[in-house]
Amino acid sequence: MFAPADKAQADETAQSLTIEEGKKLYTVGCASCHGTGGQGTSDGPSLVGVGAAAVDFQVGTGRMPAATSQAAQLPDKKVIYTQAQIDQLAAYVASLGAGPAIPTEEQYGPEGADIAKGGELFRNNCAQCHNFTGKGGALTHGKYAPSLEDVDPKHIYEAMLTGPQNMPSFPDSTMSEQNKKDIIAYLGEVNTDKSESPGGMELGGLGPVSEGLFGWIFGLGGLIAVAVWVAARTAKAKKS
Amino acid sequence: MSTNTSTEPRSRGKAPAGERVADWADGRLGIYSLAKANMRKIFPDHWSFMLGEICLYSFIIIILTGVYLTLFFHPSMNEVEYHGSYIPMQGQLMSEAYASTLEISFDVRGGLLIRQIHHWAAVIFLAGMFVHMMRVFFTGAFRKPREINWLFGFLLFVLGMFTGFTGYSLPDDLLSGTGVRFTQGAILSVPIVGTYISMFLFGGEFPGTDFVARFYSIHILLLPGIMLGLVVAHLILVFYHKHTQFAGAGRTNKNVVGMPLLPVYMGKAGGFFFLVFGFTALIAGIASINPIWNLGPYRPDMVSTGAQPDWYMGFAEGLVRAMPGWEINFWGHTLVLGVFIPLVLFGLFLAILALYPFIESWITGDKREHHILDRPRNAPTRTAFGVAWVTAYMIMLIGGGNDIVATHFNLSINAVTWFVRIGFFVGPVVAFVVTKRICLGLQRRDKDKVLHGRESGIIKRLPHGEFIEVHEPLSQEQMYTLTAHEQYKPAEIGPEVDENGVKRKVKGSEKLRAKLSEAYYGEESQIPKPTVEEYKEITSGHGHH
Amino acid sequence: MSSQDIPEEKLPAERDTTHGALGVADEKNPFADPGLPPHEHRIQDIDERAAKRSERTVALLFTLSMLATIGFIAAFVAIPVDKIVYVFPLGHVSALNLALGVTLGTALFAIGAGAVHWARTLMSDEELTDERHPIEAPPEVRAKVMDDFRQGAKESALGRRKLIRNTMFGALTLVPLSGVVLLRDLGPLPEEKLRHTAWSKGKRLINQNTNEPMRPSDIVTGSLTFAKPEGLDEHDHDFNNEIAKAALMIVRIQPDDIKDKQALEWSHEGILAYSKICTHVGCPISLYEQQTHHVLCPCHQSTFDLSDGAKVIFGPAGHALPQLRIGVNDDGYLEALSDFEEPVGPAFWERG
Repeated sequence: MFAPADKAQADETAQSLTIEEGKKLYTVGCASCHGTGGQGTSDGPSLVGVGAAAVDFQVGTGRMPAATSQAAQLPDKKVIYTQAQIDQLAAYVASLGAGPAIPTEEQYGPEGADIAKGGELFRNNCAQCHNFTGKGGALTHGKYAPSLEDVDPKHIYEAMLTGPQNMPSFPDSTMSEQNKKDIIAYLGEVNTDKSESPGGMELGGLGPVSEGLFGWIFGLGGLIAVAVWVAARTAKAKKS
Repeated sequence: MSTNTSTEPRSRGKAPAGERVADWADGRLGIYSLAKANMRKIFPDHWSFMLGEICLYSFIIIILTGVYLTLFFHPSMNEVEYHGSYIPMQGQLMSEAYASTLEISFDVRGGLLIRQIHHWAAVIFLAGMFVHMMRVFFTGAFRKPREINWLFGFLLFVLGMFTGFTGYSLPDDLLSGTGVRFTQGAILSVPIVGTYISMFLFGGEFPGTDFVARFYSIHILLLPGIMLGLVVAHLILVFYHKHTQFAGAGRTNKNVVGMPLLPVYMGKAGGFFFLVFGFTALIAGIASINPIWNLGPYRPDMVSTGAQPDWYMGFAEGLVRAMPGWEINFWGHTLVLGVFIPLVLFGLFLAILALYPFIESWITGDKREHHILDRPRNAPTRTAFGVAWVTAYMIMLIGGGNDIVATHFNLSINAVTWFVRIGFFVGPVVAFVVTKRICLGLQRRDKDKVLHGRESGIIKRLPHGEFIEVHEPLSQEQMYTLTAHEQYKPAEIGPEVDENGVKRKVKGSEKLRAKLSEAYYGEESQIPKPTVEEYKEITSGHGHH
Repeated sequence: MSSQDIPEEKLPAERDTTHGALGVADEKNPFADPGLPPHEHRIQDIDERAAKRSERTVALLFTLSMLATIGFIAAFVAIPVDKIVYVFPLGHVSALNLALGVTLGTALFAIGAGAVHWARTLMSDEELTDERHPIEAPPEVRAKVMDDFRQGAKESALGRRKLIRNTMFGALTLVPLSGVVLLRDLGPLPEEKLRHTAWSKGKRLINQNTNEPMRPSDIVTGSLTFAKPEGLDEHDHDFNNEIAKAALMIVRIQPDDIKDKQALEWSHEGILAYSKICTHVGCPISLYEQQTHHVLCPCHQSTFDLSDGAKVIFGPAGHALPQLRIGVNDDGYLEALSDFEEPVGPAFWERG
């Protein structure tokens, strides 16, 4: 049994322990590029003030730790830290300077979201880079907006909040929490492996390019194969 | 009828019902004379001769499904709030056109299928016309007397592009709206009259509230009406000219060998219609096309990446994407070359192909009829030119999808654009040279086959120990086929002194033609056919080596 | 002498079918046309059992078509229009669309396959020959037509009665003008319409996400926000026409990083408001890369540098994105200080 004051104290102790653990992980895995105090080096930007959300996104999607700082863009890859370790890292980086916190399920969950409004917001704010239903698209000089299919809603929320790499941020001051919730709900409807595609195979959801290819190769190609059969001479009886 | 004085006693009253109906119709329409010429008309068999049928049948499918769609589509840009059955659009503002397309897709039973058949058939129609046109081009089927029919076909292709484009724009979705915006921007680039055309076409500023209704009448009435007329004319000419055929034993420029319309081609061509329709319906059942519910209603301030037109406008899109942004300002006016040059190139690029038959016939000076098709290798310069044209077209098609290419092959979009910019000029030249060499190589091989026979794959050891491969002589049929093609001699500039000894001026056009003729038919552009003398010398000599 | 005339000997010799008796490769011409090869029979022509098999196949295909049509009608009646099923490898598709497509496709395809199989195996496959006749009319026909035409033309007196001819041509030339004039009301004249937008001095910038005005502190560095002019509502009749010109893209760049002096002056503490409409052909350009400050157009890849006056650095656009001068009003909200100083969107002849 703890008295409320004890509980607060215990939380604080737990918190500082977490930060301590995070610092250890940071020193081993991150400091070489981002500097020992997160102040940044020529190989990596400063992490002061990026907040826990940024760490959770970057490390939670495997973008960090990066293999190189020279690539046009860091791809998502296998996550090498456990969620507990990521939380410790996030807590440490958050302690360096105030920044956006990791969103809670309540913030990005589907309850109370307006899917249609989310679609409209998505088309206004996101589709220009990520395509109508979040299939991704090209940016300049080899950079790209990645596909959003089956990305964890939490990570989508964090990306909007923090603007990783070249993605601009959409802070709560210009895109409300409700806006973000709506957008995530829309993506959950149209861009998961369970999303409906009433017309049949969605052909990558890329629009006329993949449709044109399919039309040429399977449509016209199939019909030409049929035409070859129609026009071919029937086999002659063997001369005996 | 009562004064039938024919010596042959006719008892029409007792004829079978079908005959009586036919007699009745003949008395009014003269169908027997038509049938006499056409009922047993001969069509040669070759799969590539059915490409045009694919086009014809997809056109019919498009008309049938299109009529169905008009029953449900509302060509109106009135803004409505959506409250239909598609959840992710609830409460969204959209035009009636978009809302009714959603209704066709989600509430009309079978509406989605018909929409998808309509759109897939359009994609196949244009692809079919492209391949059909290439078949005609590479086999020289456009030569006299078929130049006019080539133009009809060309017009059908171009009108098909615009019919497709206007149809694609009708649902007023975010993707097609972006395409319409592009069109409007391109119209604005036209010097002097651009802004006026734009205002008149859109009933004011873009997007206005008129273009869907206007595109609708263009899409369902004006363009298809013209196309229907052209299709009929195209077919009448095909019947009238009788189909071309490939060279072969018994096939001459004065006959046509094949199967009769009744019954074989009734069965094959009639059956092929059902095959094409059935195949398109299957595709529409399993593959989604233009899922407008994902695209959202059009808003001029929204856009999605991967904004492409349907494939047949892709090369125009590529031209626009590859063009550098040139703009000239002078005396208070702007010449928007960055948009206007691609617009002009688009027309020129197609026009070259349309005019090609006339250019070639001017170079050859040949005024005879041609009903035997060329094998592409036997017309190396024409074939090389065609391949160069297709190469430029394909490079622009890649350019039109440069963003998709970039993301799927992990390339930089800037690098892809530069590849397209350079490729547009270099690609066709390389393609021309390579194709011509391949054609000449194939001609040489044909010549070898005729003179030395076919490689049999059988290795024989000669008495003195040498191994040789036995060459089997070709059958007479094969030899005829391989030597049946005609070879032109290059035209020369006529004598510079006329019959009265007066020196005449050699016109520039004459010199140009002599040069082109040399390029087409000079020593470097064709391998002389084997002659009888060569053949005799080899066959009477030391056996087949 | 016209340049079209080519001496006969330059044309390739048309293969003379009379040369060398058909079918005989003689000394003179080993490459002679042997004529059509003799017809060979198919198995169906000589074996009635094979022909019967073909007949059954055709009948089977036609029967399949009938069954498929019944299936189509059954699916139409039985399957709800909104039913979604998972079918590998198609995905979560409409059951009705799939069922209707497959049954209709089968019904049609089977008819076609049956008819073609019938034609290929049971109808005669003996090749027949049709003669071709020259398209050109024989000279006597040509002469007759020319005579008739001359006669007709003479009788019409068109050439002699010049007054009739000239006035007729005049009338026929003028009459289509009525049709051209009728097109006048298709739309208004351009006038100054492309030069003005809904922005004007004092109009606040309204965030399109929240429909609220914005304070400078709301716009953080690296963020991207879209705005419309105060007073413009989605439900307005002319909303689309207005937003097509007024759409605004707002970014914030550290003032030190802004290279263009005028851009910095027109900004508010590094908050830059640029037209969202591409100057190439008018796509809403907004693929903003917050580290490079480049903005890319998704339609034709024109790239603009927002840190340098939105100048074009790649692609087909011909001039920079117009910038809106902004400031802060007395209540602390961002507002426009004027309309755009130049026309937004694609260039046009009168733009200058």
